[in-house]
Amino acid sequence: MAVVFEKTKALTDVKLHYCPGCAHGIVHRLVAECLEEMDEVKNAIACVPVGCAVFANNYFNFDAIQCAHGRAPATATGIKRVHPDKMVLTYQGDGDLASIGTCEIVHAAARGEKVTTIFINNGIYGMTGGQMAPTTLPGMKATTAKAGRDPKINGNPLRVSEMLATLTGPAYIERVSVSTPAQVTQAKKAIKKALEIQKQGLGFTFVEVVSTCPTNWGLTPVKAMEFVRDKMIPYYPLGVFKDITAEEGK
Amino acid sequence: MAKGKVTINEVICKGCGLCVSVCPKKVLDLSTTKINAAGYNPAEMVSDDCIACTSCAKMCPDCAITVEKLD
Ligand SMILES: Cc1ncc(C[n+]2csc(CCOP(=O)(O)OP(=O)(O)O)c2C)c(N)n1
Ligand code: SF4
Ligand code: SF4
Ligand code: SF4
Ligand SMILES: [Mg+2]
Repeated sequence: MAVVFEKTKALTDVKLHYCPGCAHGIVHRLVAECLEEMDEVKNAIACVPVGCAVFANNYFNFDAIQCAHGRAPATATGIKRVHPDKMVLTYQGDGDLASIGTCEIVHAAARGEKVTTIFINNGIYGMTGGQMAPTTLPGMKATTAKAGRDPKINGNPLRVSEMLATLTGPAYIERVSVSTPAQVTQAKKAIKKALEIQKQGLGFTFVEVVSTCPTNWGLTPVKAMEFVRDKMIPYYPLGVFKDITAEEGK
Repeated sequence: MAKGKVTINEVICKGCGLCVSVCPKKVLDLSTTKINAAGYNPAEMVSDDCIACTSCAKMCPDCAITVEKLD
């Protein structure tokens, strides 16, 4: 008898406060598994957001700091410049990163800060009860867009990975999802690659995860995963948007 | 095909059903008889056809699943 899957030691035993089936938990595990496999758990510092993931520091079995809303990339910049040998990451939602923190993420990416950002795009402000985010899809309902987002009034959703990929500073940008086991495997590969590029000091690394908020979407966890595949991914296509290691190999 | 076994941590399981939805062998279902302290019906094995593919564990947001391969 051999154990082929068990909980990573890079997560604590604290019970996650997330709603049933919320994909935040899956991504927490992937980040932790990658750091464990790279033997970087003792060397990692996570900059956690304001949003549902505000207590991520209780779950990560490595150092973490709760940052002001949207400012995790600025906090990470300071930490990494003082401690260049640490693995520094930010973990941010779409309200945090693509709304109040747009300035910080764009300029950290433009400066090529040697940190890794994990961007949880669930198309909504989860923690505060389902307000429209910059990433809410056209037609998608939110408490602040009762009839669904109307691009004529509310503008069109931001595709952050594509936007950041136009900059020179980023070394690696990939968008993944976790709506199937195969996608989870790919998401882990992307996070591992981003962390490895950080370790090599090559530049800013960014992994966007098309995620879920079953509670505020008003869907069961299983239906929320279907919504990701049917509605989110067509607007937010998965794939690599920048990889300087691949460009070098050409 | 390899035989497997999953162990569900019933205390932390939130009965979300993601594991149930991805199992290729329909080995899992939410319990109709058990309820945990948080009020959720935990997932449980309902057949012996597990192939230890780990799909269920990969989808579990709460790390409630351990998978073993039986020889
Ligand atoms: C300065 C400031 N403005 C607003 C808020 C209220 N607030 C808390 S979380 C949040 C957005 C959370 O959404 P997101 O970043 O998408 O995270 P999620 O909960 O969806 O994971 C907002 C606006 C705050 N805490 N601080
Ligand atoms: S509100 Fe949404 S994002 Fe927050 S824990 Fe619940 S399901 Fe997850
Ligand atoms: S390991 Fe695979 S076959 Fe076994 S219960 Fe999980 S998903 Fe089903
Ligand atoms: S995925 Fe995890 S939390 Fe959800 S029902 Fe299965 S074992 Fe329970
Ligand atoms: Mg969000």
